[in-house]
Amino acid sequence: MPHITRREVLTGGAALAAVSAEPLLARQNLPVQSGAPATLPVRLTINGTPHRLDLDVRVTVLDALRDHLHFTGSKKGCDQGQCGACTILIDGRRVLSCLTLAVSVQDKRIETIEGLAVNGKLHPMQRAFIDQDGFQCGYCTPGQIMSAIACVREGHARSDADIQENMSGNLCRCAAYPKIVAAIKQARDAMQVP
Amino acid sequence: MRPFDFEQTANLSHASRLGRNTGQGQADAATQFLAGGTTLIDLMKLDVLRPKQLVDLGSLDAPASAVEVGLRGLRLNAFAKMSAVAEDKSVLAHYPAIAQSLQLAASPQIRNMATLGGNVLQKTRCPYYRDPSWRACNKRDPGTGCTAIDGFNRNHAVLGVDDTCIAQYPGDFGIALIALDAQIELAGPLGLRRMPFASLHIPAAGRPHIETSLLSGEIITAFYVPAGAWTARSLYLKIRDRASYEFAISSAAVALDLEGDIVRNVRIGLGGMAYRPWRATEAESSLLGKPLTEGAALSAAEAALAGARTHGHNDYKPELARRTLVRALLQAQSMPVTGASA
Repeated sequence: MPHITRREVLTGGAALAAVSAEPLLARQNLPVQSGAPATLPVRLTINGTPHRLDLDVRVTVLDALRDHLHFTGSKKGCDQGQCGACTILIDGRRVLSCLTLAVSVQDKRIETIEGLAVNGKLHPMQRAFIDQDGFQCGYCTPGQIMSAIACVREGHARSDADIQENMSGNLCRCAAYPKIVAAIKQARDAMQVP
Repeated sequence: MRPFDFEQTANLSHASRLGRNTGQGQADAATQFLAGGTTLIDLMKLDVLRPKQLVDLGSLDAPASAVEVGLRGLRLNAFAKMSAVAEDKSVLAHYPAIAQSLQLAASPQIRNMATLGGNVLQKTRCPYYRDPSWRACNKRDPGTGCTAIDGFNRNHAVLGVDDTCIAQYPGDFGIALIALDAQIELAGPLGLRRMPFASLHIPAAGRPHIETSLLSGEIITAFYVPAGAWTARSLYLKIRDRASYEFAISSAAVALDLEGDIVRNVRIGLGGMAYRPWRATEAESSLLGKPLTEGAALSAAEAALAGARTHGHNDYKPELARRTLVRALLQAQSMPVTGASA
């Protein structure tokens, strides 16, 4: 049995899934005004590494990361700026990559979940989410972790209530919230924010 | 999302010239300015806004500081992010209603993205406006009717509505601005000009697709909030269905200048309640020169809601607005305020 990753299974299964999902996809496939959309050269600096892409102007940072660069850590939840699963850092600030056009953030510093671990050593926030069991299905977790790191750096993790208020942009349908708060408190103390 | 041309420029007047087809808020305006994108990209994905051209304002030459506080008042850079102003110490100290209206809005991520100028131009959250599979929406497609009037209208407006549209203005910051007599500075075809914030959003008047008095190509560059003895004793009270990251179902921005318990001056804005940012001038007049008691606050609240028109699911709103305003006024009265405002 060859080694198959979960992502390969998901990718392979997509052809099957597309059959049942066809009406939904058709509905989202909005009319194109004139022929094939033009692409633009786009420079994106992700976790310190520059990338050059040719992108349709409509491509969001989230889609550029996931579909064009295969950084699939950042997740697509609602794709409408409501759930926070796509949270990344741009120039050090947490933002929603699903509502950010790739073409608008050239030359800015993009940080994703893939850039957190250093030489295989997890970031204190990643470690804390594992230690405190801060997730169940894990789908919202990369967004939670990126948002949580910014929350601590902003000085918005002073108390449970402070954390709850300042993590309200990240939804968790498994409702792991109490353990997410516990994880952020553990990491806050480990991050030694100046 | 439909295809569009993307324009970027470092020059404000060039951006304004590129934006000569931005219109007055129409969903089918040929050009849209892109600032934080938190409303625009969302509504383009939903096929509500259908621009053929975006003009990105994110690369304009580095603007001046986000906040300037002086003797004459407060100047806020319209390109500043909501989060930058929400946490500013001088805004918190001298204009707390402004800071609170920004802190209590949206989520940290959205506050990091959205600009002040874009915030005041955010679109209604009316579900029928946001979903083009509902054909009838006078705001989105003029002349098609209004689905909300006989539909699910629990969070629709009760003040300033007409028979063509009951959409609610969803913002928080705009409520504090209208209460505090803010002015806006605009750059566009007329050069730089100023106008009262209260003139920015126009009444539905049978044409709800026309939303603002901006000229095509005009860009909001700054907000001015005049100094006054009432700004330090000001607050923004927001009532919503969940504790955070939710639009208001009712809110009040109040500012008080008291001599003992006598109201020397008062400013009141109501949110979650009206078609556009709402100044409750009748309520203000009813309080002037009188002691601020719970009874006086309730009379003022009744005056503020006298013209309310409800449509079934939102019948609860006038009472909620009255209680919101009474609580806001009494809370502002008991605020510890030290020293004069800036």
